[in-house]
Formats: sequence, structure tokens, C-alpha cells
Amino acid sequence: MKELLKAVFLVDLIKGLAVTFRNQKPSLIYTEQYPKERPLVAERYRGAPRLNVHPDTDETLCIACNLCALACPEQLIVVGAERNKETRRKELTTFTYDVSRCMFCGLCEDACPVDALELTQDFELASYTREGAIWDRQMLEEGPLPTEYKH
Amino acid sequence: MATSTTFLDTNELVLNMGPQHPSTHGVLRVILKLDGEKVMGADCVIGYLHRGVEKIAENRTYQQFAPYVDRMDYVAAVSNGLGYCLAVETLGGIEVPERAQCVRVILTELNRIASHLLWLGTHALDIGAMTPVFYCFREREEVLKIFEKYCGARLTTHAFRIGGLQYETYDTFEKDCHAFCDWFEKKVDEYEELLTTNRIWVGRTKGVGILDAEACKTYGVTGPVLRAAGVEWDLRKAQPYCGYEKYDFDIPTCANGDTYDRYIVRMQEFRQSVRIIRQAVDSLPEGPIKGRVSKVFKPPIGEAYESIEAPKGELGYYVVSDGSTQPYRLRVRPPSFVNLQALDEMCRGCLVADVVAIIGTIDIVLGEVDR
Repeated sequence: MKELLKAVFLVDLIKGLAVTFRNQKPSLIYTEQYPKERPLVAERYRGAPRLNVHPDTDETLCIACNLCALACPEQLIVVGAERNKETRRKELTTFTYDVSRCMFCGLCEDACPVDALELTQDFELASYTREGAIWDRQMLEEGPLPTEYKH
Repeated sequence: MATSTTFLDTNELVLNMGPQHPSTHGVLRVILKLDGEKVMGADCVIGYLHRGVEKIAENRTYQQFAPYVDRMDYVAAVSNGLGYCLAVETLGGIEVPERAQCVRVILTELNRIASHLLWLGTHALDIGAMTPVFYCFREREEVLKIFEKYCGARLTTHAFRIGGLQYETYDTFEKDCHAFCDWFEKKVDEYEELLTTNRIWVGRTKGVGILDAEACKTYGVTGPVLRAAGVEWDLRKAQPYCGYEKYDFDIPTCANGDTYDRYIVRMQEFRQSVRIIRQAVDSLPEGPIKGRVSKVFKPPIGEAYESIEAPKGELGYYVVSDGSTQPYRLRVRPPSFVNLQALDEMCRGCLVADVVAIIGTIDIVLGEVDR
């Protein structure tokens, strides 16, 4: 009789669903609705490279010391510099960074003495062409444009 | 190989397992010799993931090579980094500050947990238990979150540098570690509840792939596989590095050396790792995190071998220096590669379905086998 009642009122099903619903807490859900909501990566995340500029003057912080290029295990950084005849100082002209070969080890940003080169929290590095993955100075200073998705 | 002259002769069948087989955990090809369902022998064909890491080392400076070691055993990248850094530090005679050593212990033990979790999940999945893989990956995610907060990467961490650490611990590091330990201990109970007395699990693992202590020593097998055969050998106790002598922990061992015992040993190692992490976090000293290393690091002419107890066994790095900024020769002793040798011995006499369980129980990562 008891067994029959249990079967009629679906006691086992309710018990099972209770476990399911207990695990439905939003804090327990790990799935992210990716393009709609972006994961919040850690502060120290090593993502897309950026060449910092001075916030007020927009001048580059890079002193063209070439240390990042020397530190890079893949030798993917090329720093172009010219000596300014008036001030007798080296000034940055070009800066190329091949993101397609980068393994984001962070050695370049460790080597940078003026915190000009930095690996940022951007992680969307897809490109339609191989050439598109080779970033020039302008791209590095402005950073990748945020991708917009149309639904 | 079969020596049959007519195709009606069916005493021995040669079967290729892999390289594209979900249960070979990567690109391992096993040539099985079968008599019906019974395995008469197993030959491993490796090298599908060979990248020549040892050769790359000869063309990189000591600091530059550190990120590459993460890519060998990518499941336990932190342990790889530790082994390499220890070898180079011995070579160059560099003192590592206490705080750096303590943080290193915490991170490698966390990594041991992450590596064992991946092993448990995939091993159970191979045998047919679907649930543990989801649970294990959920817990592994928490470890990876700590890694990401600490050094900015989840898998190929590059957490350690020669001479110490690059990154200071983040603000809530101690709290996160403690919270993880408390939470994780309950989860280990949960896994044990699911598997340890599960009849299918016991049936599939008990008495399967036996490798006794003598055979382990003959093949040079280390790690949980050796400890499951009853040999109390753990490099953390036998030749302590990184200040492991300060921590109080046991070496879990079993007696039979079968798949079930290796499972038990690894489950115990979860608990021991949690114990070590707790002690290390509580005793985290203040101080510098990096020793004195010149930017252009040139170790004296000589050689050094340092080995650590990685999650999979003894991981050794042998570095030869010719006095320049680059190693003259670097040799890795990967635990997976050595342990994989014993596959033939373990498989003999088993059934085909057990081969899957045995490959899982050795806990190999092909990135490390092929290097």
C-alpha cells in the first residue's frame, strides 16, 4: 500500500528533482552565455599586448630600448627606432608584435623597464588573415576594437 | 607479429588502438596482439606529439626556456616549471627566498590536485562512470581560478622564474587557498562515495593491470603507480626540495599494485596535498620573492640534475652548461614516458576493455611522453 502511494504521488521523482533544483543556484552555474556575457578574467590575465601611451599627452611610453625583443623566446617583437638629432635620444618609430606566434608567457612585459608594453585582459584575438595577427604600433596603442555581435 | 600462413589461422590478431582513440588520452598508438579477447602483448608507438623541446632549449636562454616546460605536461605545468627552475638554480648556485619556496609548495600542491582531478575524471569516464568527470572538472576550475588570479594564466602558467617568483601573491590568496581546501575535502568524500565501494568500479579495477614492486623497480616506474605496489618512495620525503621537510604529511601506499590500489593512493594524495597546502599557507613567511639573479644569467660551466615528485612520478631535469647564456644540453626525465614502458607487462593476460583502464591508470600525458 505504502509503495503504491509512493508510486502514485511520484515521491522518488520529487526527491530526485529536489536534488536537481538544489543545484540550480545561480552561483553554482558555470556555463557562460559567451558572446552575450563576457567572462571576467583575472586582473593579471595575460592576453592581447598593448603599447601604453601617456594618458595626457598621448605620447608613447616606449623608450625603444629593445629589451622586450631580446626577452621574447619566440623573437616576435621588432622595435624600430630613430635617433632624434636635436635631443640625441632614441625615439620609437615602428613596433611590430606577431600575436599569432605569441604564447603569452609575459616575459616581454617583465622586461619592460617603463611599463610601456603590457599584456591586457583582452582575449579575443581572432583574425581573418594571418597578416591581421601581426600587430603594428597603431594597433598596439589603440588595442583591438570590441567585437559586436548581431543576434 | 602473427606468423600465420593462411588467413584461416586465427591464433593471433594484431589490432591498432589509437592514435585517434578517445581512451588513449592523446595521440598514443598501441599495437595490441590479441588471442580472442585476451591481450598477448602491447607495443606503444609514440612520437606523434614530438616537438623537440630538448633541442629548443639549446637555442633559448635559461629564462626564455621556462615557458616551454609548461607545455610538456600541460596538466601539471606548475610542477614542470618547478623542476626546471630547481635544476637551473642548482646549476647557478642561486638561493631562493623562503617566501618564494613556500608559495611554490602551495602552487605545486594545488597543481597536483588539479592533475589528479583530471586523471580521476577521465579515468572514470574511460571505465564508464560518467558523473565523476563533471564533478572533477568543477573542482579543477577552482584551482585554475587561483592560478589565473595568481599569474594570469590557467594552464600554461609560467608561474615560477629562475631565482624565485615573478608575481607577489594577490590580496586574497591565503583566503582562497583555505576556502578551497575546506570545500575540496568534502568533495573528495563525495568522489569516494561514488566510486570506492561502487560494485562496477571495483569489478573493473580490482586485480586489473597488476604491477608488483619488483617490476616497478625494474622498469623505473615512479609516482602513485610505484606507491600502489607498496614501495614507500616519495621524493618529497626521500630528498626534500623547496622546504618540503618542514611539512607534516604521509606517503599513502597500498599493497596489491592493481588499478584499484592506484586509485586509492591518488585519493589519499588529495588529502595529503590539502594537508600540505594548509600548513604552507599558515606558515607563509614575509620577505622577498626573488633571489639575486642577473638579467644576463650565465651559470658556471657544469651540470646539474634535480628531480621533483610531480603528480605522475619523478620528474627530473638535467642541465649542462658551457658557461654561456643558453644550456649546452637539457634532458628531461618525464614520469609519463618511463611509466608507459610498463604498459606491456600490465596488459598481458588482460582483456581488451581492461587496456583502456590500464592506460588510464598510468596517468600519462602525451605532451610529456613525446616532448
